[in-house]
Amino acid sequence: MSFVKFESVSLAYAPGGANAIEEVSLDIREGEFVAVVGPSGCGKSTLMKLVSGLKPPSNGYVFVDGREVGGPLKIVGMAFQAANLLPWRNTLDNVMLPLEIVEPFRSNLKKEKAQYTADAEALLARVGLAGYGSKFPWELSGGMQQRASICRALIHQPRLLMLDEPFGALDAFTREELWCMLRDLWQEKPFTVILVTHDLREAVFLADTVYVMSKRPGRILVRKEIDLPRPRPLDVTYTDSFAAYVHELRDHIGRIRES
Amino acid sequence: MAIKTSTAIKAAPWLLTVAIFLVWEVVCSGLKIPDYLMPAPSAIWASGLEYGGPIMMHALQTLWTTLAGFALAVVVGMLLGLAVGASPLVYKACYPLLVGFNSIPKVAFVPVLVVWFGIGTIPAILTAFLISFFPVVVNVATGLATLEPELEDVLRSLGARRWQILVKVGIPRSLPFFFASLKVAITLAFVGSVISETVASNLGIGYLMMSASSSMNMPLVFAGLIVIGVMGVVMYELFALAERRLTGWAHRNPNAPG
Repeated sequence: MSFVKFESVSLAYAPGGANAIEEVSLDIREGEFVAVVGPSGCGKSTLMKLVSGLKPPSNGYVFVDGREVGGPLKIVGMAFQAANLLPWRNTLDNVMLPLEIVEPFRSNLKKEKAQYTADAEALLARVGLAGYGSKFPWELSGGMQQRASICRALIHQPRLLMLDEPFGALDAFTREELWCMLRDLWQEKPFTVILVTHDLREAVFLADTVYVMSKRPGRILVRKEIDLPRPRPLDVTYTDSFAAYVHELRDHIGRIRES
Repeated sequence: MAIKTSTAIKAAPWLLTVAIFLVWEVVCSGLKIPDYLMPAPSAIWASGLEYGGPIMMHALQTLWTTLAGFALAVVVGMLLGLAVGASPLVYKACYPLLVGFNSIPKVAFVPVLVVWFGIGTIPAILTAFLISFFPVVVNVATGLATLEPELEDVLRSLGARRWQILVKVGIPRSLPFFFASLKVAITLAFVGSVISETVASNLGIGYLMMSASSSMNMPLVFAGLIVIGVMGVVMYELFALAERRLTGWAHRNPNAPG
């Protein structure tokens, strides 16, 4: 039983205009970690908007949890390339924002405030931000902001986490740190992840399955299962089998860029 | 060095003000300019003391009509700004009208108000309102309209409704714009109430200056001008303070706490 299912989905932003993605079919099972890679402008982010219900498809069907997506879903958490924290809220209040909107948390917020605050603080501690709850976003480094943003995406315990190049703007070391953070969060309590990225090492290190998309209009060209044992230590990125996966994906991307 | 700079910055406005008055005094007494043309600060001061009671009474009248008109402008401006900023339809519909209305010199409108409401307090309040609500509308609407779509997406992906997006993101995001507009609006409100008092009232600083100038009492006219200026600066500073307190996040400075 698939959890997220695309049935030959196309989307044109302007009616009758060029398709951003075309004839995309996907099957993602619950708890699977999926990465989508492709050249820039291939419609990776469009894919996210379709799953989260921010955009309806022009053609085809998108199903999440057995139901057709008709609007924004509350079982989804999202994080983007920019952390997008609200500058007038401190980190803790930013993380707790979804609880003010998503039911049943919204209704229980008043009486469960202490519990929710404790949960949020625990989650912050989990990503190495213990004690930073009262800091404002501009007092945090880029990596810390992105950690907080991922906490915000997870606080309402979504069954589906969608990450749109969340580590793209970070330096290489911070990025690897955050890979491990995400890996640990997911390993601890698996949820379904769709990670859009242009970093092949990131995709291979984190994902169970990597999809390669073509140039615009985006189509799925390759579906590659990453058969590396879990849990994966960061050192796995220096092994031959890891390099072989990255090479193979790189070849696909190279061919797309030449075509 | 750092301490010196900050004291200099604090003292600068006072020093400049004092310097201007000193130069003014020296020029007036040095060139023997008569009071009925250009009174020296000392003469203005003396006149201020002499007419202290009436000035106070008229100043309070001007202050309260200004604040009443300003309060009206803030409420109406905020509601209209929210409507204009949140809905592209309302925006399209209202903008030409708003701009057109704002282009009318308000002094030309005072006689109309007098016909409708008689002379005195009410036209002063309404003129203050009419002249000062526009910047509030524009700023609140701009604050909402320039909301980053990414911030909106964060909430939309959670299934937030439009009013939730407005309350959680739109309004806090436009607060700095709102406060910036208050500083402009309060000074404009003074302009409005004084214009109206000058044309059609027997109360307020505007009226006081009108009657003083008709009797060639220039020191009193200038005393009135200075009182208006001082009230404007004080109100402006008050709103600047509120702005820093409530929207410090928008004026952050890496060296200043929160």
